[in-house]
Amino acid sequence: MGGYGDVQLLRDDGLRLDGRKVDEMREVKVEAGVLPAADGSAWVKHGLNVAVCAVYGPMEAHPRKIQRQDRAVIDVRYNMAPFSTSDRIRPGFNRRSREISKVTAEALESVVLVERYPRSKIRVEIEILAAEAGTRCVGITAAAVALADAGIPMRDLIVGVASGKIEDTVVLDLDKAEDNYGQADLPMGILPTTGEIAFLQMDGDLSVEEYNTCMEYNLKAAKEIHELMVDALKRRYIEKNGGEA
Amino acid sequence: MSGAKEGAELRLVTPGEAIGASSGVRAGTGTLIMGDNIIATKVGWVNNKNGVTSVDPIHSAYMPRSGDLVIGIIESVRNNLWFADVNGPFNGLLPMSLAPWKVEFGAARQQMDIGDIMLARVQEVDEAHNIVLTMKGVGLRRLKEGIMSEISMNHISRLRGDEDSTLRQLKEVSDCRIIVAENGRVWVDGDSDGISFMRTVLELVRNDGHMATFNASLEALIEERRNA
Repeated sequence: MGGYGDVQLLRDDGLRLDGRKVDEMREVKVEAGVLPAADGSAWVKHGLNVAVCAVYGPMEAHPRKIQRQDRAVIDVRYNMAPFSTSDRIRPGFNRRSREISKVTAEALESVVLVERYPRSKIRVEIEILAAEAGTRCVGITAAAVALADAGIPMRDLIVGVASGKIEDTVVLDLDKAEDNYGQADLPMGILPTTGEIAFLQMDGDLSVEEYNTCMEYNLKAAKEIHELMVDALKRRYIEKNGGEA
Repeated sequence: MSGAKEGAELRLVTPGEAIGASSGVRAGTGTLIMGDNIIATKVGWVNNKNGVTSVDPIHSAYMPRSGDLVIGIIESVRNNLWFADVNGPFNGLLPMSLAPWKVEFGAARQQMDIGDIMLARVQEVDEAHNIVLTMKGVGLRRLKEGIMSEISMNHISRLRGDEDSTLRQLKEVSDCRIIVAENGRVWVDGDSDGISFMRTVLELVRNDGHMATFNASLEALIEERRNA
């Protein structure tokens, strides 16, 4: 992927088209417990991306063939709403949503203490209401908050962040134009407390130095988003509790 | 088990958050030892008691334990056994041998059918989470009258109060029979006025059960009812 040479993604003053610095993230907002019918839920707005996630369970895994005798299975359904992009998306599962559901489930399995619930299933429904590049990362962040909100035991929260390369410059958190016309994209699922990586995909080419810079940006962004996630989870109870905690 | 206990040090933690050093203390429920630290695995309030650090979760699913009193809803019936939803990840199994009646093979439906509600005890839970229920015991029966409602697992102790003091008060002022089962289900039976009062109480538990002001709100409700 060599990018599109005639598309200018960096301004002459070194800032990006939307005015961000190369290591600046889009604005992130997180809310926990937004859906009363779900066991746990979360709403995440990351730039123009909006994701809602609902978690149900643990429940008996059906059909029985998916049951694991020693642990729970995490059943993730990632779906983009037909109105989430400028071109209408045909409703229903497609190749892309199947792939993202699978990788998200694998990322979440590394933080959820699945061995506590043998033969069970934890259902995670991620609905992308608005999309502007990086929806899989937003989905992972929303799923982590919703799982914690549902009281599912986890060894850490997991944060989805991405960085990439545009015009031979490494940048944090690609927006739509940068994702479409950039040279590389590196989404990651990071465990913020330990810095472990539970999920990594790479689209395009990066040199070792560029990769290391991406890692550095992603780790820094993960810590910032983690603070917002913790705040959302705590705010829900501290506010209700009269601010006494 | 709410964090809104008076006088206790209140600290809300989220999964992955370090609670303290692991040396000298034991890791209780809702925690995990990772390296030199005890970390929280759930959103909840830190509880340090008798050298054990645990987290009282704000939300948690019901995990049946042997001896629990549960209210179950019959989900399916076979020739000689019933499967009941006990508000947990798995259905409980009630074999004919542990039911209080003797019926012929194939006539289980005559005693309890799908949708019926019963009070039972958890006889046994194995490592694969198979749950066996029993209805042999004092007071265990099919619940034919009254209403059933659900509350969050961590609100059970708030509804019961210290040594069931709150529950006794509620029984007295509402003049209702009330059973608070370990699986978060509450059964209330009495006259319509009493049931209506208990519905208000249960609504308060659901909405404000984790708040420090809960006890005062409940006291006000009870007082209002006494003076009515």
